[in-house]
Amino acid sequence: MSESDSNSELFALADSLIDTANSSEQIEVYISRGSSTEVRVHNGDVEHFVSAMSSGIGVRVINNGRTGFAHAGTLDAEIASQVLAEARENVSFSSVDEWAALAEPDGVDLTEQELWSDELESYPTADKIELAKKLEQMTLDRDSRIRVDDTNFVDGGGEGLVVTTTGIRRYGRSNSCYLSVSTLADDTDGTRTGFGFAVGAHPGEFDVERAARDGVDRATRLLGASKPASRSTTVVLDPFVASQLLGIIGSTLSGDSVVRGRSLFADRVGESIAAPTFTLVDDPTDRRAYTATDLDGEGLAARRNVLIDGGELRGFVHSSYSARRAGEGTTGNALRGGYAGSPSAGCHALQLVPGDQAQADLIASIDDGVLIEGVSGLHSGVNTVSGDFSVGATGMSIRNGAIAEPVREFTIASTIQRLLNDIVEVGADLEWLPMRASAPSLVIRDVMVSGSS
Amino acid sequence: MIESDVLDRVLNEARCHGAGFAEVYAEDRRNTGVAFDDRRVDGVSSGRDRGAGIRVVNGVTTGYAHTSDLSERSLLAAARAAADAAGSADGGSVIVALDEKRSGAGTKVEVDPQAVPKARRVEMLTEVDEIARSINGAVTQVSAGLSDSYRSVLIANSDGVFVTDEVTRVLFRVSVVADGDLGMQTGAESLGFTGGWEVFDRYSLADLATEAAEQAVRKLHARPAPSGQLPVVIAQGTGGVLFHEACGHGLEADHIAKGASVYAGRVGELVASPLVTLVDDGTVDGEWGTRSFDDEGQPTRRNVLIEDGVLVDYMWDHIRARDEQRSPSGNGRRQDYESLPMVRMTNTFVLAGEDDPGDIISSTEHGVYVAKLGGGSVNTASGDFVFGMRDAYLIENGQITEPLREGNLIGNGPQVLSDIDMLGTDFSMGGPGTCGKDGQGVPVGTGQPTLRVSSMTIGGTAA
Repeated sequence: MSESDSNSELFALADSLIDTANSSEQIEVYISRGSSTEVRVHNGDVEHFVSAMSSGIGVRVINNGRTGFAHAGTLDAEIASQVLAEARENVSFSSVDEWAALAEPDGVDLTEQELWSDELESYPTADKIELAKKLEQMTLDRDSRIRVDDTNFVDGGGEGLVVTTTGIRRYGRSNSCYLSVSTLADDTDGTRTGFGFAVGAHPGEFDVERAARDGVDRATRLLGASKPASRSTTVVLDPFVASQLLGIIGSTLSGDSVVRGRSLFADRVGESIAAPTFTLVDDPTDRRAYTATDLDGEGLAARRNVLIDGGELRGFVHSSYSARRAGEGTTGNALRGGYAGSPSAGCHALQLVPGDQAQADLIASIDDGVLIEGVSGLHSGVNTVSGDFSVGATGMSIRNGAIAEPVREFTIASTIQRLLNDIVEVGADLEWLPMRASAPSLVIRDVMVSGSS
Repeated sequence: MIESDVLDRVLNEARCHGAGFAEVYAEDRRNTGVAFDDRRVDGVSSGRDRGAGIRVVNGVTTGYAHTSDLSERSLLAAARAAADAAGSADGGSVIVALDEKRSGAGTKVEVDPQAVPKARRVEMLTEVDEIARSINGAVTQVSAGLSDSYRSVLIANSDGVFVTDEVTRVLFRVSVVADGDLGMQTGAESLGFTGGWEVFDRYSLADLATEAAEQAVRKLHARPAPSGQLPVVIAQGTGGVLFHEACGHGLEADHIAKGASVYAGRVGELVASPLVTLVDDGTVDGEWGTRSFDDEGQPTRRNVLIEDGVLVDYMWDHIRARDEQRSPSGNGRRQDYESLPMVRMTNTFVLAGEDDPGDIISSTEHGVYVAKLGGGSVNTASGDFVFGMRDAYLIENGQITEPLREGNLIGNGPQVLSDIDMLGTDFSMGGPGTCGKDGQGVPVGTGQPTLRVSSMTIGGTAA
């Protein structure tokens, strides 16, 4: 997007800092400004309504291979110049890194996308509250066994720009929203939980009924759940769980991990690391992805990158730094955690290329297994450096090709390397989730289920 | 930060629709961080964030708005936005009279981190890197960081609370990668302190670097963890996260109020082994979850949650304590001025028992010894929780034997609490934790003596 009245003041602030660069300096200014709303409903009333606006500036300075960074949560011009002074001071304590440099324009054009919805921007507050109340009521009406923990409407919109002394000058804006419900169903020995959500470019695209149905089904299906027997068996990961697995796989493919000797898959480009049915792409240019974007965190065009093709590792995702160090071209994958963070390489919007079988058909061919519908402890039981993978799980037993009794309080374990090779089928049921990854159901064999002895 | 006459006007504006409660929370934060990775200083960063959040509670509805501009005009606008969000009530406007301002003791700081030159931090991290690499030739990568934060807060509310406080924290972390025939492994250690740089006179970074490196190297030959149910012995100081997840979250009054906790309605009942006395205490000197006041301006306290296995009380925030007409427990916390306060833990720990720690191991025929836990998480409604084992070993015939690969353990809170059958005399607090709830992270401490759970499900891959 070109400069306009609405963002010219932001560009002016960035330029005022960039213009002070001396001949040996590179300066990057990242500015973001945004607002969000969060409505939480409980028992037909608004429990809380949070209206938030935030803005800030992050400044990176590189001088003779040394990097310094500073940030502040304001766009005050005086503080911005102090931030630049701090970043310059921080440069002097940094080590020389021969690969340190800002991104440079690489000639890749931005993919035109509709990342901003005027309908969402102008959606009335009262209607946001009504939507959350409606989802709560629809959920309760479906099943008398259900209680609702909370129902949320969340939206956020923001604009950001990156200006550098190396010639990057880009601006982008986007907004997004979702609706979610957390459900409870009381059992004889505790309470089972579930959730449902709806996503869309604006609330008009929400499938509220589906969110209510998922919320009810996920909790009530677990009523009467017991601990499964420990055994090595076949698991079916539902799209929500498979998407979380994709996120973990994505982090092992970060160029930063590769150049710093922390990736399982360094030196494996061109080799088969997964089953032939597995094709993984990072595609921020697909508007259906919740984290679709036209820009990366360094102001380069976000683009579609094939990471694993038919099981073969094709490459990693790179920031300009990791690309330079790896001797490759950047893939436009610098991510930054808002104005307070420096960019690092990561996946924007992972997508697993779907197969052609529905989940029910995948299950029909399994004699003994478990359908996994929820996992926990991804941060505590998964090590992306060693590959060890162990997570808590809930789900449904599969017996003789059909869904049988519910199961809970068990773990599933393997290693990331083995999980990829043990994938048997990829389903057709790709789901778009409010996450950085979207997947269909995945069937994986020889996974250790640990439950009762 | 904000004058008291301005606070009066802002609180009155916040109650322009007649709401029963209004609050201003303002803070000024500064952070400095030095990161070392890959044999070089990877980044030196500084941050400054300042702003205020206005909360208005009107019946069951809370409105919240915040601003990074502390001018009266901007605060009044935020107050009006929060008031509008909370909706209208029948009651008329009430003039707020603030109590006399109370200042928190502030963090006891002997050596102000802001006065420690960045060059000194670089020196310390360089030494950590060298030591970790010297431990074993298998060490291939070291990452370490030193950071500090200073936070000045002001809290004023329509119940008359008017508090200011200052908090200083320092944090060190190191993680090591070792490479062997069976692939890479990692080791990690951290040290967090609510206080100043003097903590580094009391603890040795060299020891932490050595331990992280040895952990990674030991695991190079680790065997797959078992699957199924076994007795689990957890080393002193590292297992507090078990209680944080198994029952801590479930004792937070917000989950209780919604009937989304297995511990709802169970005060006075036996909910754990009679060996267990669980305390949440925000006043412990220097601990990671320590504060003079919580983020609603209530003094922190020592709260006994479970005594000899019997559930004594939940943890409370200001509004729920007020509604119940009981004294607050000092557990209303928030990540920053952009976030609503919630019921949160501070430092949560189990008091020492009477068993000799050595006996706990030697009396375990076959089981798992966890020397260091990773993080964890819990579903408070079902009580099912997991936590990771970062450094664990097999116990065979009462002896600690081979190292195990990483994995999660899973259990159900009330069941695991009642299955604690041995509790050691060797209490200690553990490392710094960040507790996540509803998207907000706050610093927390945990602690316990060596203990045994008679049966837990181990999430390994071995049959």
